[in-house]
Amino acid sequence: MAFAARPVSRAGLGLLALVPLGFLVVFFAWPVLAILKRGFSGNGVLTALAQGETWRLTWFTVAQAAGSTLLAVLAGMPLAFVLARVRLPGVAVLRTLVLVPFVLPTVVVGLAFRALWTDGGVLSIVLANAFFNVAVVARTVAGLWSHLDSRAEDAARALGASRWRAFRSVTLPALLPAITSAAAVVFLFCATSFGVVLVLGGGRFRTLETEIYLRTENLLDLTGAAALSLVQIAAVLAVLVLGAAARRRRETALKLRARRESARRPVKGEWWVVAAAIAVVALLLTPIVALLIRSVSTEDGWSLAGYKALSSTGNDGTLQISGWGAAVNSLLTATDATVLALVIGVTASVLVVTLRRAPGRVSHGLAEGLDTALMLPLGVSAVTVGFGYLVTLDALPGDLRTSPLLVPLAQALVIIPLIVRMVLPVLRSIDDRLRQAAATLGAGPVRVWREIDVPLAIRSVVAAAGFGYVVALGEFGATSFLARPQTPTLPVAIASLIGRPGELNNQMAYAACALLMLVTAAAVVVIDRFGSGRVGEF
Amino acid sequence: MRGKWSTAVVLGLTAALTTGCTLVGSGSANSASTVTLVTHDSWAAPQQVLDAFLQQTGIKLEVLKKGDAGALTNSLVLTKANPIGDVAYGVDSTFASRALSEGVFDAYTSPEADRGPQRYLADAQHRLSAVDVGDVCLNIDTNWFAQKGIPAPASYDDLTDPQYKDLLVVENPATSSPGLAFLLGTIAKYGEQGWQGYWQKLKDNGAKADSGWEEAYSQDFSGSSGKGPRPIVVSYASSPAAEIGNDGKPRTKALLDTCYRQVEYAGVLHGTKQPEKAQKVIDFLLSQQFQTTVAENMYVYPARQGVALPKGWAEAAPLPPNSATLPGDQVQAGRERWIGQWRSLLGQ
Repeated sequence: MAFAARPVSRAGLGLLALVPLGFLVVFFAWPVLAILKRGFSGNGVLTALAQGETWRLTWFTVAQAAGSTLLAVLAGMPLAFVLARVRLPGVAVLRTLVLVPFVLPTVVVGLAFRALWTDGGVLSIVLANAFFNVAVVARTVAGLWSHLDSRAEDAARALGASRWRAFRSVTLPALLPAITSAAAVVFLFCATSFGVVLVLGGGRFRTLETEIYLRTENLLDLTGAAALSLVQIAAVLAVLVLGAAARRRRETALKLRARRESARRPVKGEWWVVAAAIAVVALLLTPIVALLIRSVSTEDGWSLAGYKALSSTGNDGTLQISGWGAAVNSLLTATDATVLALVIGVTASVLVVTLRRAPGRVSHGLAEGLDTALMLPLGVSAVTVGFGYLVTLDALPGDLRTSPLLVPLAQALVIIPLIVRMVLPVLRSIDDRLRQAAATLGAGPVRVWREIDVPLAIRSVVAAAGFGYVVALGEFGATSFLARPQTPTLPVAIASLIGRPGELNNQMAYAACALLMLVTAAAVVVIDRFGSGRVGEF
Repeated sequence: MRGKWSTAVVLGLTAALTTGCTLVGSGSANSASTVTLVTHDSWAAPQQVLDAFLQQTGIKLEVLKKGDAGALTNSLVLTKANPIGDVAYGVDSTFASRALSEGVFDAYTSPEADRGPQRYLADAQHRLSAVDVGDVCLNIDTNWFAQKGIPAPASYDDLTDPQYKDLLVVENPATSSPGLAFLLGTIAKYGEQGWQGYWQKLKDNGAKADSGWEEAYSQDFSGSSGKGPRPIVVSYASSPAAEIGNDGKPRTKALLDTCYRQVEYAGVLHGTKQPEKAQKVIDFLLSQQFQTTVAENMYVYPARQGVALPKGWAEAAPLPPNSATLPGDQVQAGRERWIGQWRSLLGQ
């Protein structure tokens, strides 16, 4: 049965591959290569590469990203445990809460961190990067953890292993694919983090990303920017290859189960982990509370003026639409971006998994190649992509360069890697014997997917959608360059407000941050509800 | 089997193509009379004025924002073969030479230009029309100095006085447009030979440099709502107009002897398919009608003569009478080198 179907599904696979590959080529590879090509006239790139400055920037970029990633993983693990394994009141709220930092505009968080730790230097950069990315670790790891069969761990305990030993030798190896996935994403986010480094680094600390931005946007030194972009892409590729190698070594099929069976009240030593998670949440809340306080404090005491101003267009017409209007725009754009990214990301994940399951080196190589290519957009500067759009997309019918469609397209580019990283580990860990059994019983490949893979993976798809939605809500770099003034998103509106003098503009900016957090939390609750309704089905 | 796979593919493609309809659907259809204005992030204009322009000329202004003045200029340069709009506003005197040497603009002399904008002429061919000027000056928190009983500083030289130690916050000229303007002001004042010596003294006297205006003004400056620790900041001549206290008096003051003038220009984009309509937009930007809005909406001063400033500006934010400028070519030639020297001098 399965053999008879193979040639047909291979053609189908080829067709399926067109969706993610076509999107990546047109909206990523082509624009980026076009900008890089402009920098390659003459041998200026080689000169720039030979400068010690380039390598100092590279070193600092990698070091701060590694530090931030380590911190985000350490802080994210206790949270992941609580989200996946603990049944306590408040866990559902926590699920929503951890995502809130992710959407906040970097300039606002940067200002909050500056207020809390004046001149913290590298430490504040690392803390702020981790602040943004704890959610990536917590949600990605929890996604796999909640499906993990806890009986293996219980068996280890029954055989006399300590709680820590059982975790280290049974649970941790099983979680490793998700941890490395999350760490790779966080590393890319931190390596290319722009606003945080700029605001908290005060110009003293510079990364490849801030320098590429400066050279492209300010100096129009495309040659220097191209050299730095090459280094950045090489570094990103190196990390991705390392990550893939780590994943490969650890790959095993896991027994996935419904969450209901594995979540329970914490016992004994587990309370320490819960306490650690609470401490992390408290730390995450500190800058958030600080900016909420800013939103209601004025020269003459407390006031809700900033919130009232949300229904206006700001002082002296700073915005073209009201704060509420910007919120509606944010929701619409993020919906478009998420739907698009889901279609492409899930297709790509299915493709990678199918290729890996197929025998032969070629298909495995293709799977790895596609997997890596899908991650690259996270490692390339938003300004490079944005300027790349300007020099390429007029060749397409309809001149997309000035189209409002470009905003969700660019946002989808950032979300797709996240969706792939959240869905792939779950798809990969599905026991192939289940699928073989289904095939033996007469199910065709599509039926196998529908009966085995989809029910097991749906939760991670929904979680990925929720996460992608949040990322789209908070996306600033590409959006600010592409959004039209009639339809700004909330982060773009906040940046406009905070860029003007006057108390009311400032207060309205902070009130808009509160609105952004609220909108985010509401969206996450809705999406999580949608997901949890289906979990018990298998 | 093939049927099922291709159905999946078709469904996927359809979803991919139809997404975004929520945004596209709201676009207006009447493109015949639409003129696209490419501008910077600070653009703001009252809707009534734009509506009146539509009434008078039948031209609907479509606005595209492309970052700050630098990003705007570079966007225009990169798209000069096939411009993304018909007319551009916001290229300032710091970036004008780049735009001009790249041939981004077509010549056009507006009939409105002799009402004042000519004073700020950027090139003999009239490819750019001055719309407004935005001067960058030191701002001080007047109450802070009154309370401490320290006389307020007034000039560049005062800032090197030990009694003003650790009181100044500036922006990094590599990442901030007012920061660059202030650096250019010091170069205009002390010359290419002398400015580094001056900055060394500023550094020794505890000057702090931030990446952007937001951090310097909204957080480190004591005169803004952020209530920071430093009472002297690099900002705009117009900023005090936004810091009027409950008693109607400005809480901050611009030091008019420390100003550097940035002129913002508009021009018809080379390669536009509707040059006449684009020229009408230039006329509009220079018209009395539009010029009366720029102060209130964009915190800049009209280039047109005889345009009244908003109430309170005469006291809080008058137009600096003798701001410094540097020739565009000198700025274009020196900018990158100066920024590099500034960075190594300040250890940034």
